[in-house]
Amino acid sequence: MGMNMETKLRDFHQARWDEPIIYELSREGERGILIPEVDEVMRYPDEGLEEIPQELRREAPPNLPEMGQMRVLRHYLRLSQENLGADLNIDIGQGTCTMKYSPKINDQLAANPKVSELHPFQSQETVQGLLKMMYETEQYLRGISGMDRFSLHPGGGSHAIFTIASIVRAWVDSRGESDKRDEIITTIFSHPSNAAASKLKGFKVITIYPGPDGRPDIEALKAAVSERTAALFITNPEDIGIYNSRIKEFTDIVHSVGGLCSYDQANLNGIMGLTRAREAGFDLCFYNLHKTFSSPHGCGGPGGGVVGVTEELAQFLPVPLVSFDETTGKYFLDYDVPNTIGKVKDFYGVVPVILRAYAWIRSLGEEGLKEAAKVALLNNNYIFKKILDIKGASAPYAEGELRMEQVRYSWEKLYKDTGVTTTDIQNRMFDFGVHYWTSHEPWIVPEPFTIEPTESYSKDELDEFIAILKHVANEAYTNPEIVKTAPHKSVIHHIDHDYLDDPEKWAITWRAYKKKYTGYFEPRKNRDE
Amino acid sequence: MKKIGLIVNPIAGMGGAVGLKGTDGIHTLEKALALGATPRAPQRAREALEALFKCINVDSLFYTCPQDMGENLLKVYTKNYKLAFPKFKGELSSSLDTIEAAKLMKECKVDLILFAGGDGTARDICSAIGLDVPVLGIPSGVKIHSAAFAVTPAKAGELAAKFLSGKVRNLKESEVMDIDEEAYRAGEVKARLFGYLLIPWERNKIQSRKAGTMPSERAIQQAIAEEVVTNMEEGTLYLLGPGTTVKAIGDRLGIEKSLLGVDGVLDGSLIGKDLIEKEILKLVEQHKKVKVIVSPIGGQGYILGRGNLQLSPRVIRRVAKENIIIVSTPQKIASLHGSPLLVDSGDANLDKSMRGVYPVITGYRERMMYRVEA
Ligand SMILES: Cc1ncc(COP(=O)(O)O)c(C=O)c1O
Repeated sequence: MGMNMETKLRDFHQARWDEPIIYELSREGERGILIPEVDEVMRYPDEGLEEIPQELRREAPPNLPEMGQMRVLRHYLRLSQENLGADLNIDIGQGTCTMKYSPKINDQLAANPKVSELHPFQSQETVQGLLKMMYETEQYLRGISGMDRFSLHPGGGSHAIFTIASIVRAWVDSRGESDKRDEIITTIFSHPSNAAASKLKGFKVITIYPGPDGRPDIEALKAAVSERTAALFITNPEDIGIYNSRIKEFTDIVHSVGGLCSYDQANLNGIMGLTRAREAGFDLCFYNLHKTFSSPHGCGGPGGGVVGVTEELAQFLPVPLVSFDETTGKYFLDYDVPNTIGKVKDFYGVVPVILRAYAWIRSLGEEGLKEAAKVALLNNNYIFKKILDIKGASAPYAEGELRMEQVRYSWEKLYKDTGVTTTDIQNRMFDFGVHYWTSHEPWIVPEPFTIEPTESYSKDELDEFIAILKHVANEAYTNPEIVKTAPHKSVIHHIDHDYLDDPEKWAITWRAYKKKYTGYFEPRKNRDE
Repeated sequence: MKKIGLIVNPIAGMGGAVGLKGTDGIHTLEKALALGATPRAPQRAREALEALFKCINVDSLFYTCPQDMGENLLKVYTKNYKLAFPKFKGELSSSLDTIEAAKLMKECKVDLILFAGGDGTARDICSAIGLDVPVLGIPSGVKIHSAAFAVTPAKAGELAAKFLSGKVRNLKESEVMDIDEEAYRAGEVKARLFGYLLIPWERNKIQSRKAGTMPSERAIQQAIAEEVVTNMEEGTLYLLGPGTTVKAIGDRLGIEKSLLGVDGVLDGSLIGKDLIEKEILKLVEQHKKVKVIVSPIGGQGYILGRGNLQLSPRVIRRVAKENIIIVSTPQKIASLHGSPLLVDSGDANLDKSMRGVYPVITGYRERMMYRVEA
């Protein structure tokens, strides 16, 4: 029996393997492949070794897990079953992340040996196809944004923001204003990396709150700008899904004091092909290829955060760019960028991600890109209306206005009525085979959740997600205990976050784990004795 | 074995309904009842205990007070309790009993004191034990300005259970506010900052791991202090308002800043402690450049008129609004959920002129632009 098509609720249960960490499964001497013996000469390629400083050379071989092939396969398949990935669930609850479908054919292109077997040191003569693909991708991005030049190098959105902050830093320094222009303005609903990267580059950060209509307060911007303003780092629409139609006034205000404007367009999905950074007055912008341009998110990377700039700022872009030589008719890696901030990524950048985005853009064409944005808007406003009908849910700010590609909702009323929080609801959603993400801290919208349906999902799937949400909200009123004690059908019922919050306890590698929990490093000194 | 104190102020919340205010010292259940009020605190405390006993999974021993100050409610749920004292000081319970109970519970080394009451009850407990014992309020008063209370009685019960079983470990210094009885102007009653209680504080169970771990409140206060102190100017008189955020600036300077008062600082040294309005005005007259450092007090976001009445309209007019430095942790601003910071100096015209967007120092080299309304 399949799911109940009336209620649209599945009798779901997640796999639970209780799978150990791979190091715990390791058995000394076990091998996946037995490599043939090599002769003496090959075994000790000493040449060049002496150039590596003594303290950097390993004394013992690396401690890698030792396992047979089949066990490795099972280990990772089990872990994958303990996940709710984008290919399994109706992944519209991960608002701000633009979880759209990444066509499998594009994965096949990227996995094709013609791409995957390329060597980064191969002569440029022999990778003209790849360089052409990158060059053309840049042309498309220029068309979409109105910017003059792009770097395809950054490996993600935050990396792109860091690149942009580095460019702003280089620009300020090149004008001899290092001591004067030391402030970057951002907004509270912009991605936190905008503030973080600015700080990292030595800027002070000024954050603007929204006015009652949900748009950044323009009076606050006026009060914030001065001759100290290096740049504005802003998103539009912001994470709450409300479009700021006065965006050009914002950039004008910043330009009037001589600052730059950077547009965080990690998520372009609501306005792709419909409005451009250039016309909104921006000097820099970036797109996440792993969001809007359909490359998979890759579980935290590698992704693609392509950075576009105006002619004036192209001199600061990271190297190399991909250029075309008219006289030879060849594409080449172009290091001739006079005031480059240097390298931000090895070699060519994340080629498979760029290739997938290229294929996606090519397959949709201009009309297709615009259509994708419009369908994303339509899907979102459909869901928006349905969610507002759910008892206990609301969408703060700009009442009565439509939203862009996502919405930040609030369970404030549900919480006041029932004591059930957004994290309780989140935990209960797992029991039906979907999930949602609450929202970035700080929670200015009380008990928040952010839903972004993108253009990829059918009406049936949107209805299924809404049915689950509605069911859980209803449970909060009728049977709050079941919600508060959720999840009941997931892999793990409660994660103790102390391990993530406490520097004494966290361990992001096996080594760190051993060190903190079993004193690995103390005995190690004596190990060889 | 965990030890829990339970104090119920049986008449909390009734005063409002029957116009019994300023009942300090009288505190009589009978009188309120005679006026037709129904007791609210016992019901609220019951809701909290209901939730507590549903969630608690550790052995526990309760300490409570006789009759309607706790025992009557508690005995429905457990036999594992002791009385802090056998009978009330007077014929009926009074705030003296609350204070006594809190002191005795501290001596018994309870892990947490759960109390049902309002701001007055919080104040009594604060005066008895200060920050020595974690405390959690079951909101039962008519008006609650203090931050020492859970959002609902059931939440109080749940949070208490989690704290006792070790699931929640964080503690936070939270403001205790009270009606200011030495009201600044005759006839006007205002909430003022009375002190701080230590309350358990739950972080969200599953937080977005998209954003990193938040530093502690204390660390952020230190960052704010660093920012303020770095930018302090020589020869300028700084008037440091009340609260823990401003106190952290005093700590950074290495001076003994009063927690609840307004202190004067010049070139890094304390030149006046816990000043009253007159003293402040005198200091202001003596200095050409004066800046005032304030922090929003409590949940409502008042930067003037709550807890710092010494910074009177006369003082503020003299200092001028561009010399007001507002400091706040970002969490405190976020907890306003978008509503503005407020001023209520007692002078409506001044308040009106204070409206506008202000920079709020929220960290080291960090500020927010935030609206102030009257
Ligand atoms: C608006 C915005 N900017 C920046 C980022 C950061 O992108 P990434 O996760 O690739 O670092 C995100 C991702 O969540 C985002 O939504």
